[in-house]
Amino acid sequence: MLFNPRAFYRSYDRPQKGHEKVPSWTIEKHRDSPLNATRVESERLRHAAPTEFRYIFPEFLPHPDWKKRDRVAEKLQRRDMLRRRLVLDIPEFYVGSILGVTVADQHVPSKQSRFVGICIHRDGHGLRANFTLRNHIDGQGVEIKYDLYNPTLQNIEVLKLEKRLDEELFYLRDAPATHSTITFDRKPETLPLGATVPVNMKKIPLNPPPWTQRWEKREDLKGIDLPELPEKRMRKLSQIVKPWEKYDLMKEYRKNISEEEQNEIFKEVVQHHTRVEKKRHQERLKRMT
Amino acid sequence: MSAVARYFHSRAVTLGLCTRNNTRHFSTSLPLCELRHMSRVNVVDNSDLGKNAKTSGKPARIVHVYNKQGVARIGDKVLLALEKQKVKGIIVGCKQKQKHMIPKFDSNNVVLIDEEDTPMGSRINVPIPSVLRKKEELAKILAISSRFV
Repeated sequence: MLFNPRAFYRSYDRPQKGHEKVPSWTIEKHRDSPLNATRVESERLRHAAPTEFRYIFPEFLPHPDWKKRDRVAEKLQRRDMLRRRLVLDIPEFYVGSILGVTVADQHVPSKQSRFVGICIHRDGHGLRANFTLRNHIDGQGVEIKYDLYNPTLQNIEVLKLEKRLDEELFYLRDAPATHSTITFDRKPETLPLGATVPVNMKKIPLNPPPWTQRWEKREDLKGIDLPELPEKRMRKLSQIVKPWEKYDLMKEYRKNISEEEQNEIFKEVVQHHTRVEKKRHQERLKRMT
Repeated sequence: MSAVARYFHSRAVTLGLCTRNNTRHFSTSLPLCELRHMSRVNVVDNSDLGKNAKTSGKPARIVHVYNKQGVARIGDKVLLALEKQKVKGIIVGCKQKQKHMIPKFDSNNVVLIDEEDTPMGSRINVPIPSVLRKKEELAKILAISSRFV
């Protein structure tokens, strides 16, 4: 019988009766469904990891859209991320913190170059996790995006650990330069043990328009001190504003990973850390004897 | 920017779709900040031509990009029109979104060069991306830069 490509690929897309293959994204979508009879309860929840982990390690959480998920890839990435964290100390930081990053640079005689800046954005899941630092150098605003798990990053130092009122600070591009200027020889400030991360309640005044984005339309940004704008510009706001969004539970559900799954993921992190701590303790004992 | 350009430039068109009846929706791209023909650039060295261009109120404009894409990136050679002259320059900083570890600047910076690729100024006071050090043809420009980022 001759090979008929049309018939072959048709059967691949639409399986014949009795040979149905459920697509992986459908399985993914219904995995956490309460109707799923094979779901095993609470054994996992009993050994839950600290709830702070989702803020300290946000890149360990996968993409909330189930169509973009691949559990095997996620697990492998998490393993690689933890292995990288054994070599390099990736500290806890937030948007609004001041960081100093040392990067391997072959063109410099010392083979290293350092950049200091305020973190304006944090993005990406798994090994793609990245953060953007902004600084004003010699009258010129500079922003650099770094991949957290890139092996050429040699050191990430938190010079000031703090949060801001917003999760992204792109409005600093339209603010006076003083709000983005950080000296390169800034000394690191340490918080006392057990202290919560302080929130800087500063409201940034913006330069007169034109701006890079229409900041008056971003009602979610709390850290902006908007100037007086012409009435024509403010008129459109009433059409764009969505006051019901903060009550949208389904949107919140779709945006976040469920608590049970978060606990599973961070249990791996906890196990890894305990293993590492144990090893380091044993090595310390060996060195002492 | 003209009224038409301003209208297309804002991302708010996609954010806030018209609630009126019988409206036509069209998609707008995010601002790409590409450097093309007629883009205005900021001359960053201390050459006289560059200073005059800044003070005259008629900024330097790109008139030709010396590559096949027509879009100038960091390190590309461009032909500029300023002070009623045609001068060559090298792009030394972009407002465009950059790849990992390449700096993005708040303005599109350019350094003026002559026909022998020698810079027309004697100093660059603005930070220069460290990636340019890979290019040997820019050695003369790197020699006059004060700071690398």
